[in-house]
Amino acid sequence: MVEAAFPSSPSRLKSVLLRGLLYGVLILFALYYLAPLFVMVTTSVKSLSEIREGTLISLPRVVSLDAWSHAWDQACIGVNCHGVRPFFWNSVLIAVPGVVISTALGAINGYALTKWRFKGANVIFAMMLFGCFIPFQVIILPMARVLGIIGLSNSIPGLILVHVVYGLAFTTLFFRNYFVGIPGELVKAATIDGAGFFTIFWRIMVPIALPIIVVSVIWQFTQIWNDFLFGASFTSGASQPMTVALNNLVNTTTGVKRYNVDMAAAIMTGLPTLIVYIFAGKYFVRGLTAGSVKG
Amino acid sequence: MTHPPSPPSPPSPSGVSALSPRHGRIPRRTIGARIQAHLSQLVVAPSFAVSLVFVYGFILWTAYISFTNSRMLPSYDWAGLRQYVRLWSMPRWYVSVENLFVFGGLFIGGCLLIGIVLAILLDQRIRAEGTLRTIFLYPMALSFIVTGTTWKWILNPGLGLEKTLHDIGFAGASFDWLINPKMAIYTVVIAGIWQSSGFVMALFLAALRGVDQDIIKAAHMDGASMTRIYMGIILPSIRPVFLSAIVILAHLAVKSFDLVIALTGGGPGYATDLPATFMYTMTFNRNEMGLGAASAMMMLATVMAIIVPYLYSELRGGTKNG
Repeated sequence: MVEAAFPSSPSRLKSVLLRGLLYGVLILFALYYLAPLFVMVTTSVKSLSEIREGTLISLPRVVSLDAWSHAWDQACIGVNCHGVRPFFWNSVLIAVPGVVISTALGAINGYALTKWRFKGANVIFAMMLFGCFIPFQVIILPMARVLGIIGLSNSIPGLILVHVVYGLAFTTLFFRNYFVGIPGELVKAATIDGAGFFTIFWRIMVPIALPIIVVSVIWQFTQIWNDFLFGASFTSGASQPMTVALNNLVNTTTGVKRYNVDMAAAIMTGLPTLIVYIFAGKYFVRGLTAGSVKG
Repeated sequence: MTHPPSPPSPPSPSGVSALSPRHGRIPRRTIGARIQAHLSQLVVAPSFAVSLVFVYGFILWTAYISFTNSRMLPSYDWAGLRQYVRLWSMPRWYVSVENLFVFGGLFIGGCLLIGIVLAILLDQRIRAEGTLRTIFLYPMALSFIVTGTTWKWILNPGLGLEKTLHDIGFAGASFDWLINPKMAIYTVVIAGIWQSSGFVMALFLAALRGVDQDIIKAAHMDGASMTRIYMGIILPSIRPVFLSAIVILAHLAVKSFDLVIALTGGGPGYATDLPATFMYTMTFNRNEMGLGAASAMMMLATVMAIIVPYLYSELRGGTKNG
């Protein structure tokens, strides 16, 4: 909108100054957003003595990855001193099946609800949608009981189950809204050719749905990876996910506080979703707005 | 970003029947065809059953627990409104509700203000728009636990920002909000706004790009200033985005849990408790399950009060648009 903003400005000088101001403000904001990341990274490569002597914004004199390796496989979380590594893999073991199952179910639900409508399909969809809005505190007590009864409390399969169940509303919403825009004639033509429900799904719908599959996978991955409430409520000890382990590491009260190790562990916790964001930012934002606008 | 899915809209009457099994009056239906005709119901049924049990059933369960004397283990003896009466006579609950208003108000206001300003600035054909957008939005990808941990370090009274201020010459500077019971909730606001304002920016930027450029050009021809064009034409025309943003941010505020846990742990004392952390503490640390359930029901009521009218208007809008 540059032209719209300054086409008839009497002086070029004024417009150049305004432009400079505009960039100045934007750069200040960018620094504000980047500052915590900068602090995280620099603190994680400083030694403890350097942290005590220097300031937050001073650059490390010597870059050392000791804190990183300490955080990865030596730091104590509770009584366990094997670093965050096992918990990182816990999160991977929870997120991968959680993402795959909830996305697959969402896809088939969205397809069935739009392309093979039945009486009450909308009511069913609306009722499922409700799951996007509830504060999870309201289901935590019964969920803890049920996980205990079915023998999945404090386990990775238990957390997978929880994430699949409460991710379903979102994934169904994504696919339902996506498939609604796909012409019904496609399905009609395929049925005339003799294709059935699943053939059409696999051969026609899944290939068409690739963009929304990406959105759903990113959304579910960030939700599951970043989850803290479910992890903290349903697990302890060895089956904790990464976020819970990080919190326990940082808030431990025993021994010397190693800020560089805390920061290295925080970066490790944030890295997977950050990588997804950097490489698939467009789809990340689409999922964010889609999921949040309606959820 | 460019195409947020349209709101769930009820089907147009014509679209329903085209493929509906009821409508498929194929002569001589085989058993296979009958199964095919109901496959779609069969496929959705498990997910629907799951949401009936795990959402609706569980809410009823929690509601029931909130009317009992459950402590460490659930008890099913009816106790009427006892837990709600206790809840609303606890100073700690009042602190958490008050904090929700302080945090929620400042969080929503701050995110809206920063988000809109950034969106308008980025809308001026900025050279490095893509890079700046990425920088403004990346906190949203991170877990609140990660950002809480980082901000806790920055706000650390001994070694963080305070020390930095001392070292660059402000010897008397004091910044101990994190451990000051009166100020600690504002540190949660700072970190919350940092985390979520980029998202508001993304929402508004998308909306600004959708505004009809001809109207703006016309207004400009008439000699209106950019400020007046934004205040008088552009922002009013994207009013629905304000509503969406406020609803989403309010929803986030009510559910805020991780950020407080990572940043202050609810402390000092319980100075930064929010209803979500109150619920967790009562249920898992204090063995007050009934009380925890009652507070969870209050949270549900709050979220519903925000979401239901919003959804109702969205769905009605969807019907009108066809």
